[in-house]
Amino acid sequence: MARSTTSYLVPLGLFLALAALLFYGLSLDPRKVPSPLVGKPAPAFSLESLTEPGTQISSDILKGRVSLVNVWASWCPSCRQEHGELVRIARDSDVQLIGFNWKDERPAALEMLSRFGDPYTLSVFDPDNQAGIDWGVYGAPETFVIDADGIIRHKRIGPIDGKVWAEEILPVVRQFSPKG
Amino acid sequence: MSSNYLIGNTLRSAARAGALAGVLVCTGAGAYTLQEFTFDSPAQERTFRDLTGKLRCLVCQNESLAGSQADLAQDLRKEVYGMLKEGKSQDEIITFLVDRYGDFVLYQPQIKPSTYILWFGPFVLIGVGGWLLLRALKAKKGEPEPETTAAESVRLHQLLAAAEPQDQAK
Repeated sequence: MARSTTSYLVPLGLFLALAALLFYGLSLDPRKVPSPLVGKPAPAFSLESLTEPGTQISSDILKGRVSLVNVWASWCPSCRQEHGELVRIARDSDVQLIGFNWKDERPAALEMLSRFGDPYTLSVFDPDNQAGIDWGVYGAPETFVIDADGIIRHKRIGPIDGKVWAEEILPVVRQFSPKG
Repeated sequence: MSSNYLIGNTLRSAARAGALAGVLVCTGAGAYTLQEFTFDSPAQERTFRDLTGKLRCLVCQNESLAGSQADLAQDLRKEVYGMLKEGKSQDEIITFLVDRYGDFVLYQPQIKPSTYILWFGPFVLIGVGGWLLLRALKAKKGEPEPETTAAESVRLHQLLAAAEPQDQAK
């Protein structure tokens, strides 16, 4: 009798485990593709400044302190959605925010910054996706957390809001900030 | 009355067909073609088609780089084209993209420890299932048939005797 009970329970248990696994799969967002760049040095670039045409900015600006590199474009609605939070982060925290303007047009990008505020310490301009490919960018907004040694520590795909900042990004920033 | 109605109807469907054709032509005009890429040899063009068919567009995830209209796909096609022109091999190009975008750009992921489950998991499951099935079948075979009791064999003979004449009547 006990044998037949277990012989029914084992397949049922296996079925439930599989169902739970598949159900968990439904909650994953297929747009979030893990980046192979996390843990590796940030790809080098030399791009024109968005705000000062003619000036080149190189990836050396990422050395020496923790930075957020925020990939954005004026045509991207989610970027507009997160913009207010970026302005707040720039004001309230001491992390360096680098704007990575991606596949955009300069006048439209500058207009967005003048209308909604410019949270970026520096903005690089990549209209032709030169550096974007090296960074594995496939959609805006994306945000990379880079430590003081220039190593990518985290990649956020999708907009940042207060909750994402507090729970997902700030802990990484704290972890890699020099103590003291 | 009815002919008027018919003419009106015909005109209306003609207008609709025209509008539809317009839409089709407009979307067709934006379609990507290979014309902007010129190849050194037919073999290079084949390699290009082969590669872009194997690589996934990350924006429209169910489309290959060859088939996608997404802007990013066009950037990556140009990148692949540029690398082919430089004489890079298929493997070098694939490694370049995987290093930046991850295994996800490949429709057929490479075989390595992190993809072992993906590649071999189904065969392991089939093996385990087959083994369980064989074991269950063997266990069933080993069980002795229960002996018929005296009462059962009497009833069996009665039933057989009752069934026979009917069969012959047919």
